[in-house]
Amino acid sequence: MFDALFGRLTWDDLKPLELLHSQSINTLVGAGAALAAVIAAIAVVVLLTVTRRWTWLFKEWLTSVDHKKIGIMYIVLGFVMMARGIFEGVAMRTHQATAYQGGVLSAEHWAELFSTHGTIMIFFVAMPFITGFMNYLIPLQIGARDMAFPVLNLISLALTATGAALLMISLVIGKFETGGWTAYPPFTGADFDPGPGPDYWVWAIVISGFGSMFSGLNFAVTIYKMRAPGMKYLRMPVFTWTALCTSILLVFALPPLTIAGLMQALDRYLDFHFFTNDLGGNMMNYANLFWMFGHPEVYILILPAYGIFSELTTTFAAKPLYGYTSLVIATMSIAVVSFCVWLHHFFTMGQSPSINAAFGIATAVIAIPTGVKVYVWMATLWGGRIRFTTPMVYMVGFFILFTIGGFSGIILANPAINWQVHNTQFIVAHFHNVLLPGLIFGIFAGIHIWFPKAFGFRLHETAGKITACLWIVGFCMTFLPLYVVGLLGYPRRSAAYDDPAFIPYMIVTMLGAFVLLSAFVGLIATLWISIRKRDELAVPLGDPWDGRTLEWATPSPPPHWNFAVIPHISSRDAFVREKSEGKPYVLPEEYVDIHMPSNTWAGIVVLVTTTALGFALTWWIWWLAILSFVVLFLWFAADSFREHRGEIIPASTVRTAHQAWIEAVELSEPITRDDEDTPANRGYAKTDIVIAS
Amino acid sequence: MSEQGTNPHPGMNLGYDGGEKAAEVTIFGFWTFLMSDLVTFGLVFAVFGTMTGATAGGPGPEEVTDLRSIAIQTALLLGSSFAFSWASLSMKYHGGRLHMLGFLALAATSALGFLIFELIDLLHLVEIGAVPQRSGYLSALWALVCLHGLHVAGGLLWMGGMTLQILLFGLTDQIKSRVTRMGLYWHFLDIVWVGIFSMVYLAGVA
Amino acid sequence: MRDISDEERAERRQYTLGLILSIVLTAASFGIVILDVLPRGWVIPAIIVLALAQIVVHLRIFLHIDLTRQKREDLQLLLFTLLLLGIMAFGTLWILANLADRM
Ligand code: HEM
Ligand SMILES: [Cu+2]
Repeated sequence: MFDALFGRLTWDDLKPLELLHSQSINTLVGAGAALAAVIAAIAVVVLLTVTRRWTWLFKEWLTSVDHKKIGIMYIVLGFVMMARGIFEGVAMRTHQATAYQGGVLSAEHWAELFSTHGTIMIFFVAMPFITGFMNYLIPLQIGARDMAFPVLNLISLALTATGAALLMISLVIGKFETGGWTAYPPFTGADFDPGPGPDYWVWAIVISGFGSMFSGLNFAVTIYKMRAPGMKYLRMPVFTWTALCTSILLVFALPPLTIAGLMQALDRYLDFHFFTNDLGGNMMNYANLFWMFGHPEVYILILPAYGIFSELTTTFAAKPLYGYTSLVIATMSIAVVSFCVWLHHFFTMGQSPSINAAFGIATAVIAIPTGVKVYVWMATLWGGRIRFTTPMVYMVGFFILFTIGGFSGIILANPAINWQVHNTQFIVAHFHNVLLPGLIFGIFAGIHIWFPKAFGFRLHETAGKITACLWIVGFCMTFLPLYVVGLLGYPRRSAAYDDPAFIPYMIVTMLGAFVLLSAFVGLIATLWISIRKRDELAVPLGDPWDGRTLEWATPSPPPHWNFAVIPHISSRDAFVREKSEGKPYVLPEEYVDIHMPSNTWAGIVVLVTTTALGFALTWWIWWLAILSFVVLFLWFAADSFREHRGEIIPASTVRTAHQAWIEAVELSEPITRDDEDTPANRGYAKTDIVIAS
Repeated sequence: MSEQGTNPHPGMNLGYDGGEKAAEVTIFGFWTFLMSDLVTFGLVFAVFGTMTGATAGGPGPEEVTDLRSIAIQTALLLGSSFAFSWASLSMKYHGGRLHMLGFLALAATSALGFLIFELIDLLHLVEIGAVPQRSGYLSALWALVCLHGLHVAGGLLWMGGMTLQILLFGLTDQIKSRVTRMGLYWHFLDIVWVGIFSMVYLAGVA
Repeated sequence: MRDISDEERAERRQYTLGLILSIVLTAASFGIVILDVLPRGWVIPAIIVLALAQIVVHLRIFLHIDLTRQKREDLQLLLFTLLLLGIMAFGTLWILANLADRM
């Protein structure tokens, strides 16, 4: 009876209860984290109840299909998960500092930590961040009112959130797998790890993978089909270009991961032999499939960051982007070549040197378009009137550190060298070196740029700059020493080491991890300070940075329908053009009714049913698995019989809002860039831009 | 031949104007989805290709292939595809829904026949011990064939739902757009089957 | 019988042509295997060529993918997909066959 109801779930799987049996540091950390997660969840519920925010939460956010809100929800999800990921990083570094012949954590716990940390940081921090940015920006930049498939967009968010939810559940109930974010079988196969860890991994990855694939599809179709009239491909903003390439990668790179995950599940649940040791199974197939996804994935993550840095340089150097076309070509070639290099993640698997050479060369080739980009940014900054705002601080950190990371990548592309440093801390240094200064700095710079667009007030500059510096210093301390210990031979993912020479380095990296933790707190502090001072930071008129692209041609925050009238585009950098011709804020001759999709429960239904599905499959609770699948299916089947009329926003409403905004603009004084950081900046810019073509 | 100057999307030329832009976007989106699905199938094919030798002493291609049954399945699926295109012609040129539903029913029956023959084949495999648990080769074979079979079964459910909707709402623009997407899906599955009977069965016994 | 416009007749002829071509191509590949008419090494290449030919027929006739202006985006997407799939599938077979050889 109990088994039928709860599958293989037992009381012992509740992690916080472990504290009753043992009070070692190890259980304190593990069970403590579980307890903290539970308390945080309860606190959120209590807070929402006390402030009577439940209806607001559902009506304004969880059922909304507005791409701007979905984008913000993605980013919030990313931050929540990042908090956990960083705490795990700090715990791991603390362990490593003491890991000379031991360490504070058990080997098992350590392995679980790097596995959850890697999985979370890639799939539930980095992915939601970039998806959030693309969501928020694509329609605004191409002059559209929403995505091509608004409901699918919400469903994608729900699927991503399901994956994150499964990871959070694994913190409290049962345990996660211990095979790293790559989860290679047969170590994660049923023979060596009957579960539930690898099952959590499989379902979190497969379910959220569908979400990512649908996001990519949605963005690609939106960019193909929904551009405002006149916006030819070569007039699109650079961020949109990178988003397009990322979307295409998402559509084509997710299938191998889904297949690898599902085959892994077939092996585990139905005793198939794809990756097992016996009866013809072949784990090398797994490595191959995984990295056929894994490599494009890193470009999925970095391309939008490149896009952000491109927008950043032109905006804060007040110059048109130098070499727009070469940047576009570089982006596209990176996207294609990124499908030709996956083998560099397993040079040591045993294939012939000629195969290794082929993939090594292909890998090195990617350095060319990447180099083009770096030069494009430099040339854009050159001779510009640079303002040293917070995003520029991140940019400087990115410029120097990312180049180092890129160089270490080129070193790794050489199979002969790769054999030496494979699986050492050198790799850990390399990928953090491109992920943190590349992707994460890009995201934070982007948040400083577009936060005022989304919420109507700027982030506090001084706080932002201090935080940015903390990130840079913290990064250098935490990860640069790893290049050295890697070369000295410290293997990655090892719970302990025997060479005392590593100790001083590992102490520095531990201190660095705490600096990074404080940098994260710095972000929260920046947000807090900015909210307190939001009146003097307010930029309701919408253009605080003398922006170039269409999203700045709307008030901040933009109305639900984005544009009162769909703009006609006649050149690149559309908004600059308007400003230079002195007619950025004009009233249209007439307003028309706007048709927008209405709210839907689809997201909630998907979130609840797929979380239940993933959880049930993990714990072998078959009735729940079937039930949730059937509910999911029936809901959508029934939904397809309903007519979705959407809602009409009457022209008069649009007119009132639009006219109020234009009037506010006309009543205020445009400010020059010298006053950008003063309360005088209400978002009406006196343009300082050298005009493009 | 057929000059479809006004057809902005792939798949059957439905020749309706209403909601053309919206239909164009959804159909292009669906086409993109199919491309992603194509990669999925292609990679399962590739995995199958790497596992053709991994029979681990168990049944091999000779034992699992019944060419007669495969030929029948091929004919049934092709027939279904053909019947579907007839249904879409009917939808395009004549308003009558029963006429169209007749062809749709034909397509569905034919596909059901395909599934039944496939199921019989699979049951036979179980009988001779060629279960996926036996070897890597069989795992890959079952995964590939069942992936396709499940797609077909899903398509049948979809057809059932569409039939209901056509009876309830008539051939509205919304429905026409859905039928167009279903057609893409249906023909796409037939293409995948061409790959399966050629590469899995024929090449297996050759 | 209902009225059938010229246009519809033309389209019907198209689809029928597609059906016939598919049947012929399928029969050819089955025939090659069953009747054992080709030298050993030719069988599999022949099957592959026939399958590809049939896929092109399906795409052209049943899915209406052609070279006209409006459908170029779909064709481009398809070709791009095939390029990537080709890289991935060929790479997979290449790598794993090589690994198997060297075991
Ligand atoms: C913020 C501070 C961070 C710290 C202190 C940190 C620390 C660590 C440590 C100690 C490991 C294990 C290294 C080993 O295997 O020996 C690790 C692995 C990893 N980290 Fe981080 N990390 C941080 C941020 C990030 C970020 C931002 C990302 C990605 C966006 C990331 C992605 C990964 C990945 C993918 C792994 C590999 C996990 C595996 O081995 O499977 N980390 N990190
Ligand atoms: Cu790579």
